[in-house]
Amino acid sequence: MIFSKKKNPVDLIFSFITSVASISVILITAGILYVLFTESSLSIEKFGFFKFLTLVDWDPVKESFGAAAALYGTLITTVLALIFAIPVAVGIAIFVTEVAPNFLKGPVGIAIELLAAIPSIIYGMWGLFTLAPIMAKYIEPFLQKTIGKLPLVGILFEGTPLGIDLLTASMILGIMIIPFTASISRDAFNLTPAVVKESAYAVGATKWEVVKDVVLPYSKLGVFGGVAISLGRALGETMAVAFVLGNNNQITTSLLDAAATVTVKLANEFTEADKDIYLSSLYYLALLLFVMSFIVLAIAKFLILKAERRSNR
Amino acid sequence: MTGQIEIEAKNLNFYYAVNIHALKQVSLSAYKHNVTALIGPSGCGKTTLLRCFNRMHDLYPKNRYEGEIIFQGTNILSNDIDIINLRSRIGMVFQKPTPFPMTIFDNIAYGLRLKGIKNRSELSGKVEKAIKDAALWDEVKDKLNVSAYELSGGQQQRLVIARALAVEPEVLLFDEPTSALDPISTAKIEELIVQLKSKVTIIIVTHNMQQAARISDWTGFMMLGELIEFDKTDKIFTAPSEKLTEDYITGRFG
Repeated sequence: MIFSKKKNPVDLIFSFITSVASISVILITAGILYVLFTESSLSIEKFGFFKFLTLVDWDPVKESFGAAAALYGTLITTVLALIFAIPVAVGIAIFVTEVAPNFLKGPVGIAIELLAAIPSIIYGMWGLFTLAPIMAKYIEPFLQKTIGKLPLVGILFEGTPLGIDLLTASMILGIMIIPFTASISRDAFNLTPAVVKESAYAVGATKWEVVKDVVLPYSKLGVFGGVAISLGRALGETMAVAFVLGNNNQITTSLLDAAATVTVKLANEFTEADKDIYLSSLYYLALLLFVMSFIVLAIAKFLILKAERRSNR
Repeated sequence: MTGQIEIEAKNLNFYYAVNIHALKQVSLSAYKHNVTALIGPSGCGKTTLLRCFNRMHDLYPKNRYEGEIIFQGTNILSNDIDIINLRSRIGMVFQKPTPFPMTIFDNIAYGLRLKGIKNRSELSGKVEKAIKDAALWDEVKDKLNVSAYELSGGQQQRLVIARALAVEPEVLLFDEPTSALDPISTAKIEELIVQLKSKVTIIIVTHNMQQAARISDWTGFMMLGELIEFDKTDKIFTAPSEKLTEDYITGRFG
């Protein structure tokens, strides 16, 4: 199967080299998974699956480790980041594909791609030195004075606004995933056949009506796929969040509190892990992250594939 | 048979992207409740001409018209025309069926809703009438709430025609409406076009000369952006005045 049936030796060598290259990817992935499993086996034995997931403790002294706080932090920052990013990203994509005059389409498109190319540590630095002070000084006190006074939601904005918290981290993360989401949404919008859009115009639709009734429904799947890819990236993002989240292992109702995510914990604590069970628990966290990202990415691929297949029909 | 002129191009020139001269001094009249066919080799400008009538070219930047298109006494190429309103009065059907990603009912109600019709019974009445006019009623009456993608290609094309008819346009433009269809579906669409004549004025672009001969009252033969000859269909296909037309319809080129 791997080798072509042709006898030509150059072809044989060629197919051998390309096969090895492709198989190595699978081997590396399997290898990583294997290492994560074996290294975390100690922790898996001690805490099991559900206990590890639900235990809030992360106590090296008592040797009691649970993923709940880190998973909670990951979940909250990721969901908030998506809430910040999706409207902006979809807006950008609509602008670039449908609204912008031709001479703007190119530059705006390139700007988005460039934004995606900024290393995440730079987002982190910018977050720490620029965004966090602004949040602490202006935005968070303002939120406390306004929405913070409301019943029910007020609980989200308690505490002292320091700028190093879930809200700031989510915003950085949101800004970071905007370009991805926008760029994939744009590609999804472009899959809408011109002639279908023209048909909507031909019954007297305005530009907005065409976007709302034809382009968005048509590219829904592709946009969901883009969102899922961004979600995968947000889940795994470390540097941008590490600077502004504070690595505080707690489950907090206030968005103005420091917290921890899986990635931030991993980045900060490997050097401190002096006991086998500590190290093993960190590996266990990494394994969970690996599986989560894998599932999210698989869903994303599936959606995008389905979207493409439909537009080719 | 010559009656009232519904829509008329006068010395029409059209340029794509500033300087590609796609239509040259085209003058042509489409008579009310007649079928006018546009034929000619690929790239001759027949689709370009068709898309001038509902100003579809305005969707893309840098396209430019010169000359006039008179529709019921108004020059629709002038700047103060409400294009959205114009397009609801001059409908268009494309080469490939273009159902929207919604149910059969919603597809046909789409243009009506855009016009602001919200009343449920008025909507269903008009939708039903449009589907009947498009000879699709018996096939879809039990599945109006099914996605339009469930229909066959020929049914989708009649659905699209129904959608265009629903807003009660005065003119319908067809851009090779059967080129993606099988012979049976093609025959149904052709039959339908002939029937629709009593309600709307039809301009159809076709690659298929037999089709033009079968369904049209008037035929324009175009080549390289020029209207070479325009006359009654019978005359074009039996005794054309121009040598080029004769060469084309007898299959000497094209």
